[in-house]
Amino acid sequence: MESHEQQFLILNEPMIVAAMISIVVGALSLVIGVTYFKKWGYLWREWITTVDHKKIGVMYILVALVMLFRGGVDALLMRGQTAMPENGLLDAQHYNEIFTTHGVIMILFMAMPFIIGLMNVVTPLQIGARDVAFPRLNSVSFWLFAVGAGLFNISFIIGGSPDAGWSAYFPLASLEFSPTVGNNYYAISLQIAGLGTLMTGINFLVTILKMRAPGMTLMKMPMFTWSILITNVIIVFAFPVLTVALALMTMDRQFGTKFFAMQDGGMDMLWANLFWVWGHPEVYIVILPAFGIYSEIISTFARKNLYGYKSMVVSMVAISLLSFVVWAHHFYTMGHGVMVNSVFSITTMLIAVPTGVKIFNWLLTLHKGKISFTTPMLYSLAFIPIFTIGGVTGVMLAMASADYQYHNTMFLVAHFHYVLIPGTVFAVIAGFHFWFPKVFGFRLNEKLGKLAFWFITISFNVAFFPLFILGLNGMTRRMYTYSESTGYGPLNMLSFVGAVGLGIGFIILVYNLYWSIRYSPRDETGDPWDARSLEWATHGPVPFYNFARIPQVNELDAFWHAKKHNKQLWSGPIEKIHMPSNSGMPFLMSGAFFAAGFCLVFSWWIPTIIFTILIFVFMALRSFEQDHGYYVSVEEVERIERELGGDK
Amino acid sequence: MDRYYSRLSALKCSNVKLLTICSLFTRQLIRKGYSMKKKWLLLSAFFAMAAVLAGCENPLMVLDPKGPNAETLSDTIIMSIIVMCGILFVVYVLYAYMLVKYRASKMGEDYEPPHVHGSTKLEIIWTIIPIIIVVFLSVITVQSTKEVESKPLGYEDQEPLVIYAASSNWKWHFSYPEEGIETVNYVNMPVDRPVEFRLYSYGPITSFWIPQLAGQKYAMSAHVTKIHLAADVPGSYMGRNSNFNGAGYAQMEFEAQAMTAADYDEWVNDVKNTAPELTESEFDELLETDFVGRQSYSSTHLEFKPAPEGHHHGTPTAAEEDSAEEEMETAPSSDADHFHHQEAEE
Repeated sequence: MESHEQQFLILNEPMIVAAMISIVVGALSLVIGVTYFKKWGYLWREWITTVDHKKIGVMYILVALVMLFRGGVDALLMRGQTAMPENGLLDAQHYNEIFTTHGVIMILFMAMPFIIGLMNVVTPLQIGARDVAFPRLNSVSFWLFAVGAGLFNISFIIGGSPDAGWSAYFPLASLEFSPTVGNNYYAISLQIAGLGTLMTGINFLVTILKMRAPGMTLMKMPMFTWSILITNVIIVFAFPVLTVALALMTMDRQFGTKFFAMQDGGMDMLWANLFWVWGHPEVYIVILPAFGIYSEIISTFARKNLYGYKSMVVSMVAISLLSFVVWAHHFYTMGHGVMVNSVFSITTMLIAVPTGVKIFNWLLTLHKGKISFTTPMLYSLAFIPIFTIGGVTGVMLAMASADYQYHNTMFLVAHFHYVLIPGTVFAVIAGFHFWFPKVFGFRLNEKLGKLAFWFITISFNVAFFPLFILGLNGMTRRMYTYSESTGYGPLNMLSFVGAVGLGIGFIILVYNLYWSIRYSPRDETGDPWDARSLEWATHGPVPFYNFARIPQVNELDAFWHAKKHNKQLWSGPIEKIHMPSNSGMPFLMSGAFFAAGFCLVFSWWIPTIIFTILIFVFMALRSFEQDHGYYVSVEEVERIERELGGDK
Repeated sequence: MDRYYSRLSALKCSNVKLLTICSLFTRQLIRKGYSMKKKWLLLSAFFAMAAVLAGCENPLMVLDPKGPNAETLSDTIIMSIIVMCGILFVVYVLYAYMLVKYRASKMGEDYEPPHVHGSTKLEIIWTIIPIIIVVFLSVITVQSTKEVESKPLGYEDQEPLVIYAASSNWKWHFSYPEEGIETVNYVNMPVDRPVEFRLYSYGPITSFWIPQLAGQKYAMSAHVTKIHLAADVPGSYMGRNSNFNGAGYAQMEFEAQAMTAADYDEWVNDVKNTAPELTESEFDELLETDFVGRQSYSSTHLEFKPAPEGHHHGTPTAAEEDSAEEEMETAPSSDADHFHHQEAEE
C-alpha cells in the first residue's frame, strides 16, 4: 500500500506531467465550452442517454479515433527511442509502459471499438431493422467500454501504467515482479470493457438472427452482415475465457491466490494458454469484419456482385472454427515437444487456405468490373497486396521449427503489423469514408482522403518492412535500447521516418474530417456511391427510425436490383413506429463501474464494496422499471420523410 | 569442417538462384508499366528480400548459421521464403492485371459489368492448390522440428556436453555439472561436440537464444526445457534472452564462445584452478543482484539448488508432472543420460 500511495500521481517524469497538464487544460476547456454554448442538455438528451444504434456507433468511433492518437503517440515515442542506438529519449521503465499500453490500446480500445462502431452504424441498416434487438443493453455495452478505456488511460498519470507487455505473461505480471498498480489497471479495465464487448456479442447475434427484413434469408445477407454474425459468435465463445483469466489474475494479485504463481502448485504457463485461447480468436474478431467491409467496398466500386458469395461465407466459418485451435502457436518455444508443435503448425497453416480463397474471390470480383478509385476503394485495393505479405509471413511463422528463430523478434512485430494495419486499420478507415455520408449526409473530401491514403500506405511500408530484416538479424522486440555494434541503427531510423509519415497521414485524415464538416457539399440522394445493400435505400442522414416502411427483400443486393429494374422495396401505407426510449441508467451504472474499478485497483475495499452495491442497485431499479418504449405517429413520420426529401 | 563448407556453398547457390528469380520478377513487372504504387511496393519488397538474402559480406544472423541445428532452420526459412515469393508473384500478377485492365477510365461510359456468381471449378482450384502447399510445408515443418529437437545431425553417436542455463533478473547462470564449474553471463563450449542446454528460470519466463547456433526456447521456473546444438566453427556468438522480463531485459545478453577442444579443456582447467567456489549464500546474493559482469566459479549451484527436473526436486506440482511427460516426448533418446546425470548429482 505504501508504494501505491507514494506514487499516486506520477510527478517525476516531465513528459507525463506535460501530458497531465494538457489533459486537464483540454478537459477544462471542454467543460467551459459546453457550458458557454449551453450544450449540456443537448449532450445529455441526444448522446449520453441515447439508445440509437447509429449514435452509439458514432460515439464508439469517436473514442476509437482518440485512442488511435493515444496509441499512435506511444508508437512514435517507441520508434523515436529506438531510432538511434543508445538513445536517451525514454528510460527502460517508461519504454516498457509505453509498449504495453500501445498494444492494449491499439487492439482493445482502437481496433475493437472502431469495428464495433461500424457494426453498430451499419448492421441494423443492412438488414432493414429499426434498431438492435436490445437497444438499452447496447448503450450499457458502449458505456462499459468507455469507462474501461477511461480507467486504462488514467493509469499513466495516477499510479503508473502496466508494464508487463500487452500479453501480461506471468510470473512477470505477478505482484512479486510488477509491484505497482499498473497490472491491476490492466486486469480491471479490460474486465469492464470486456463485459461490454460480451454484451455486444449477444446483442448483435440476436439482432442478426431475429430482426432481418422479411425475405432476407441468411444467404441473402450482405457480406458485411455475415462477417459481423460470425464475429459475434467468436466474441460469445472467446470473451468468457478472457473474463475468467482476468478474474484469476485479479485474485492472484490482490487476494493472494496462486493460480499463476511459480510455487505452491501454481502454473505460469496456464496464463499464457488462457490468454491466447482468447487472444487468437480476438485477432479474427478484428479481422473478419474487415473482410466484410472490403467485400462491400470492392463490389460497390467494381460495380459487380461479389464473386463466390457462398465460398466467402464458408471460408469465414472455416476461419472462425480454426481460430479456436491454433492458440499454442504463440508459444512453440515453451517446449511442448514435436507432436504438439506439429499439430498446431498444421492447424495454423490451414487458416491460409480459406484466407487465400477470399483473396482470389476479391480479385475475381474485380475481373470484368468497372473499377473507380475512390478513397475507400484505394484502401481496399492497397489491402490486397500488403495483407498478402502479412499472410505469407504468417505461414512462415506457423512453421514451428522456423518460429524458434522468429519468436519474439522484430520479424514477428513486422508480421502482425502487416496483418493488422492493412487488415483492420485500412478497413475501418475505408469503412469510415464509405459510410460517413450515410450517417452525416455528406462525403469526406476525396482529394484530402487520397493524400492521406498515400501518406499512410507508403509510410506504413517504410515503417514496417525494415523490421522483417532486423528480426532476421537477431533484433528482439521490446528492447528499449541496443548498442551501436549490433548494426541495427540505420534500419530503425528508416522505420522511425515511416512512423512519422504514418502520423502525418493520420493528421491529414482528421484534418479532412474538419474540412469536410465545414465545406463539403451536402448529399441529397442518400446513395452517393451508387451502392448495393439496404442501408443506402433510406435517407442520408438516416432518420432515427431508419426506415419509414420496412423493406421487402427478394434477392442478394436487393437495393441494387431495385435500382436497376425500377422496383419499389416497400409497399403499403406508412404505419406508426414503435421505438425504444432513451435512458440515463446505462451511463450512471457505468459510472458506478468506473468508481468501483478505480477503488479496486488501489485495493480500497470499503469504497469498492459501496460502489459495487450501487451497481446492483441500478440493476434492481432497471428490473422494476416499466418502459415499453413509445410510438412515432404516422403524421410525424410523414413530416420527417417530407423534410428529408420525399418518401423512401 | 568439410561438412560446414559444403553446406555453406549450397546456401550461397540458393541465394544466387533466388536473386535471379527476384530480379526477373521485378524486371517483368516494370516492363509491364504498372502504376507507381505497385511498382514501388514490389521493388521495395524484392530489393529488401534480395538485400536480406544476398548480403554475403554481412549476412543476417539467422541466415548465417554456425552449427547444424541453426543450419536446418536457416535452410527451412530460405525455402519457405522462396515458396512465399511464388505465392506473392501469382497474387501480384493477377492483381496488377485486374487493376490495369478493368479500370473505369478504360471501360467506356455505358459498360455494364456482368453478373457473375462465381465458378465452382475455379474456387475448387484455389482451395486445392493452397492445401497442397500447406501439406508440403507441413511435412517440412514436422521433419525440421524433429531434427532440431534431437541431437544435431552428424553428432548422433557422441555423448553431449550438458550445460545448465538458468536465468535470474537479469543474468544468465551456466553450470557445467561434468566439469564442476559455473559461469555467469558467458558460456564456452567445444566445437564439433553436441551440447545440450537445460534451461530454467529463477523468476519470469525468459527465452534462451543463440541465433547462429540454434533456435530459442523458454526457460521457466517449474521445469527444465532443452536445446540441442553443436557449433561447427570456433567463434564468438551473440546470445540473449529474447522474452521480455522487465526493466533490465535489453541488457540481458551473454557471449557464447565456441572453441577447439584443446582450448576448451585449457579454459576448464583454468577456471577449476583459479576461480573461487560458489557458496550457497554467495549464490543467493548473486540472484538478488540486478546486473553483474562475467563471473567464474569452481563449483556449481546445482549441488545445493538443483534444477527443477524429475519428481524428487522441490515441491511436486502438476506442472512438474506434466513437464516430465513432455520431456519424455521431446527427447526420449536422452533419457538414459538424464537419469545417469541425476544419479551423479546425488
